[in-house]
Amino acid sequence: MNEPLIHVQDLVQRIGSQDILRGLTLDLFPGETLVLLGKSGGGKSVFLRHLIGLMPPVSGSIVFEGQEITKLGERELESVRRKIGMLFQDGALFDSMNVFDNVAFPLRERGERNPAVVREKVAQSLAMVNMAGHDQKMPVNLSGGMRKRVALARAIISPPDVILYDEPTAGLDPIVSDSINRLIRRLQREIRVTSLVVTHDLISCNHIADRVALLDGGRIHFLGTLSELRETRDPVVRDFVDGRSGETVY
Amino acid sequence: MQILSFFQGLLSSLLTSLGELAILAWETICSIARGRVRVWLTLRQIAEIGFGSQLVVVVTGAFTGAVFTAQAYFQFASLNMETAVGPVVALSMFRELGPALTGLMVAGRVGAAMTAEIGTMKVTQQIDALRALAVNPVDYLVVPRALAMFISMPLLVVECVGLGVLASYYVGVHVLNINGVYFFANVQKWTEGSDIMMSLIKGFVFGGLIVFISCREGLRAKDGAVGVGRATTATVVTSSLAILIANFFLTMALNILFPAGQR
Ligand SMILES: Nc1ncnc2c1ncn2[C@@H]1O[C@H](COP(=O)(O)OP(=O)(O)OP(=O)(O)O)[C@@H](O)[C@H]1O
Ligand SMILES: [Mg+2]
Repeated sequence: MNEPLIHVQDLVQRIGSQDILRGLTLDLFPGETLVLLGKSGGGKSVFLRHLIGLMPPVSGSIVFEGQEITKLGERELESVRRKIGMLFQDGALFDSMNVFDNVAFPLRERGERNPAVVREKVAQSLAMVNMAGHDQKMPVNLSGGMRKRVALARAIISPPDVILYDEPTAGLDPIVSDSINRLIRRLQREIRVTSLVVTHDLISCNHIADRVALLDGGRIHFLGTLSELRETRDPVVRDFVDGRSGETVY
Repeated sequence: MQILSFFQGLLSSLLTSLGELAILAWETICSIARGRVRVWLTLRQIAEIGFGSQLVVVVTGAFTGAVFTAQAYFQFASLNMETAVGPVVALSMFRELGPALTGLMVAGRVGAAMTAEIGTMKVTQQIDALRALAVNPVDYLVVPRALAMFISMPLLVVECVGLGVLASYYVGVHVLNINGVYFFANVQKWTEGSDIMMSLIKGFVFGGLIVFISCREGLRAKDGAVGVGRATTATVVTSSLAILIANFFLTMALNILFPAGQR
């Protein structure tokens, strides 16, 4: 295959006395959608935060477009962050702004001053996540799933090269989940967005994944295509995919 | 041994905070110098900080001036020096009370609100969201507040002092029957440009202390709602103490530049 867009090598993160990542190595290739599975509390969100420099690792390296980003300062990271969008697990909407201003925020920050253009793009973006007509509401007055969708609209409004999704379909009903899956596919097809999707939703995984990775014990335990995922005999993967907790009920 | 290490810890945390404050102030100045100023946000903060604090500051100034006048009168009247009340009150308001009281009131009203707002953004990952969208939190949150504070504080101090002197005049002349012409003439004779400069400089410095202390406390808030509460308390306590301490050193330093009572 060609050069990876993001190359993560031996990433180690420790918070307090807890080892969260212990030598994670992963490549993300341009244009692909990689789904990252893993136990709750396994460090998936923490891993995503490293990819846009929100957290410096204890050791290891992350190379994005040939540039080592773990050593960059806050200002130098800005150019990287303009190319990598992130959907936070709980949305992280700005609660002092209404839905419209939240979604318009990245546009305005990138210098779009024409209100007509802003209005049109925001409307488009909200329509893509089935949130049209809610643009005057404040984030606190939205349901969890709606908040997530607004955050998604904000993440895709000026489409970056890479989007990191932290559980885009968690807490959504099956129909909206499906439209989000289609949206992720569509972004990939139409504007060649590279995506890293953290999810627990195996239906969504089956829909969108080009490759699947399983994070376990702070490392990538399994990496392969969907059919490899279905066929593997690895017990950790099997338990995860088939939903077995491994506990015995007495 | 334990006591020693306690004081060592205290000293090192004090130095750390001072260092962090200096870094924040430096970053703010750099980003203002680079022209990363959001005019609209700054105007909104001026409305919030400057305009919104007027009532509190004016009432504080007026009643301090009034009560100070009454006390000074009771003391001076026994020496037949009633007309000295005016300049004494005016000078103290300009040089000490105006800036310090305004600083304390603004620290309570504005500083606490700033920390609570920024702290809540921090613990709910909104600051991370800003950073993820390639927006620097210092540019977006601290710069508008700092500019608004630097513009508003000197004006608020002037308002506080002005109302204090007016109240003093009213109480002195209309309630305590001091001769109005003498009162006014003495105030004019004894207060000079340098006193006004002093109150403006102090207001400016206190504004800086408040804004950087509040923003720093907010930006490093953690542990949810409790943490935000803790940070807010820390802001009010720290900035009040910082104002009182800085006030002393400023008085000493500025007295070299603008000596008092040289007439
Ligand atoms: N700021 C922090 N301070 C201390 N511990 C943290 C911090 N952030 C994350 N952790 C710990 O890191 C571990 C991994 O957290 P993370 O949020 O990455 O899990 P996750 O894989 O995303 O789980 P989920 O699927 O439930 O979202 C958890 O044990 C968590 O307690
Ligand atoms: Mg997570």
